Amino acid sequence: MGKKAPANHLFFTILLLFFIAITVLSFKSVRAQEPTPSDDEVNAIARQMFCPICENTPLDVCPTEACHDWRELIRQMLAQGKTPSEIKQYFVDHYGDRVLSEPPRAGLNWLVYVLPPIAFITGLLLLFRAFRMWKVKSTATFQEEVSASKPAHGNEYATRLEDELRRRN
Amino acid sequence: MEQKITNAPAARHRSAPLWVQIVVWIGLLILMVFLGLGLFRAQHPIISIGSRVPDFTLNLFEDYQYQNESQISLASLRGKVVVVNFWASWCVTCADEAPTMETAWQYYQSDGEVVFLGVDYTDVDSKALDFLATYEITYPNGPDLGTRITPIFNRNIAMPETYIIDRQGIMQYKQIGPFQSLAEIRSAIDPLLGAR
Repeated sequence: MGKKAPANHLFFTILLLFFIAITVLSFKSVRAQEPTPSDDEVNAIARQMFCPICENTPLDVCPTEACHDWRELIRQMLAQGKTPSEIKQYFVDHYGDRVLSEPPRAGLNWLVYVLPPIAFITGLLLLFRAFRMWKVKSTATFQEEVSASKPAHGNEYATRLEDELRRRN
Repeated sequence: MEQKITNAPAARHRSAPLWVQIVVWIGLLILMVFLGLGLFRAQHPIISIGSRVPDFTLNLFEDYQYQNESQISLASLRGKVVVVNFWASWCVTCADEAPTMETAWQYYQSDGEVVFLGVDYTDVDSKALDFLATYEITYPNGPDLGTRITPIFNRNIAMPETYIIDRQGIMQYKQIGPFQSLAEIRSAIDPLLGAR
């Protein structure tokens, strides 16, 4: 019995090492399988940018190699834990404002944001004014027509009719 | 006695005050001028052959230096002929042209009269460095940070493009598309070397 103890010790030590090795290996494999950012995550940022080469083509749907490289760069930056705004800022610093689908709200760019609402409101006001004018005009026309069709007081037919009636009475 | 009934309200047309009309028309005019200028600028480069090239600064990639500096300004190269080559790693014809450009650089480098600048357009840095390593490009190269240099030469650039600037800073030659041979590059540069 006393002789078996070292053998048991050795067995348990090997078993323990085996379990430790399995645990470490499985941990490493879990780390290796950490999900890289999905296409959806990449495209969520890419669609806020434009292709640098093609006119007016969003980055998420552009088939060129340059855009593919940019999307891969976004994926790498997401994997590094960068936020979408940090990623966009990196692209602006490297390639300029024109990569953004929404121009930054500064300088003359404000016109893009201010002019359309002003034009819309002005259009509404003009329409409202035009409708009101048409309404007034049509009322006036209708009343003119009514007054024109109404027999005037002292009309000769009315006078004759009144005479006839008087005579019969 | 005939009496005409005219009780309809008069449809009076009330127009906006004159000053409002003037302001609106002036505003529209200014907007049109802005749009027109924007369209004109979008279609035309800032410079053309025979005009002075505005100064710009190229920040070089790591491992690239010019006279121990990590950036080059065009103004500092006055007195030399400057060859500005626009390229990108995703551009197939740039890859075709790259060995020829490096051969030309090797040809002119020793005299120090001609400087080649490679400007990398809208590229991912890692890909650009791979490209430079693949074609063993040794002349100063850097990214066009913020796309500030390219629009000086061409707003709608077609890779590759090369512009040659004389000793006085005047653009003298423009190559849209790749150079095919050293002879072709020499025919563009050599005439400018004689002019001092």
